[in-house]
Amino acid sequence: MKHVLDITREHCPMTFVKTKLKLEQLDKGDILEILLCEGEPLNNVPKTVEEQGYQVLEIAPYNSHYKVVVKK
Amino acid sequence: MEKEKYSIIVFSGEFDKAVAAFTIATGAAATNREVTMFFTFWGLNILKKKHGRSAVGRGFLAKFFNLLMGGRKNLPLSRFNFGGISPRLMTGMMRKHNVATLQELIESAHLLGIKLIACEMAMNILEIEREDLVDQVQEVIGVSTFLDYSQDAKILFI
Repeated sequence: MKHVLDITREHCPMTFVKTKLKLEQLDKGDILEILLCEGEPLNNVPKTVEEQGYQVLEIAPYNSHYKVVVKK
Repeated sequence: MEKEKYSIIVFSGEFDKAVAAFTIATGAAATNREVTMFFTFWGLNILKKKHGRSAVGRGFLAKFFNLLMGGRKNLPLSRFNFGGISPRLMTGMMRKHNVATLQELIESAHLLGIKLIACEMAMNILEIEREDLVDQVQEVIGVSTFLDYSQDAKILFI
């Protein structure tokens, strides 16, 4: 199943907190599309997602933000 | 891979320092680190079940102190407190800029499974019982147990 998480309006540390909590809720194999801003979130959210054992499939510009696609 | 561990000693009971402690704690827990928060002295006020003022304790002095200190809604700002109005103004500013408030940070800490522990000695002095603290407090311990838990952890004192 595909899910979307928009953290473009969030700030540290909630960018990380919301991402982690959302990924925990998903089933194995689910896809999560995270919309985020450049800077701290773009630099660190994909990195910490990988450290938690999830797979980053794609990082791409999306409208005026970025999209990070993660597979649980 | 072994998780990096952080132990945060929350000694202070000021609003801004509580925000700092919970920001670091939730940020660390959300980025794959194992976090323990040890609350002692003024820090215990953050964990009281009653968020406002209440005369916790048995003796007159303890009741008096606890009433004066209050709970998480009464935490003063460490500068420019202005009789307690500033923390409310600050919370308003945090909301306006969409930054997590102290209440949201504490709820996130619970959701992230951050281990909350309370200092037995400080609770004795202030006559705070286990039942006076939020249910999420996992243990009431002394300094040697805390140091055992923190053996391979980085320790922060706030």
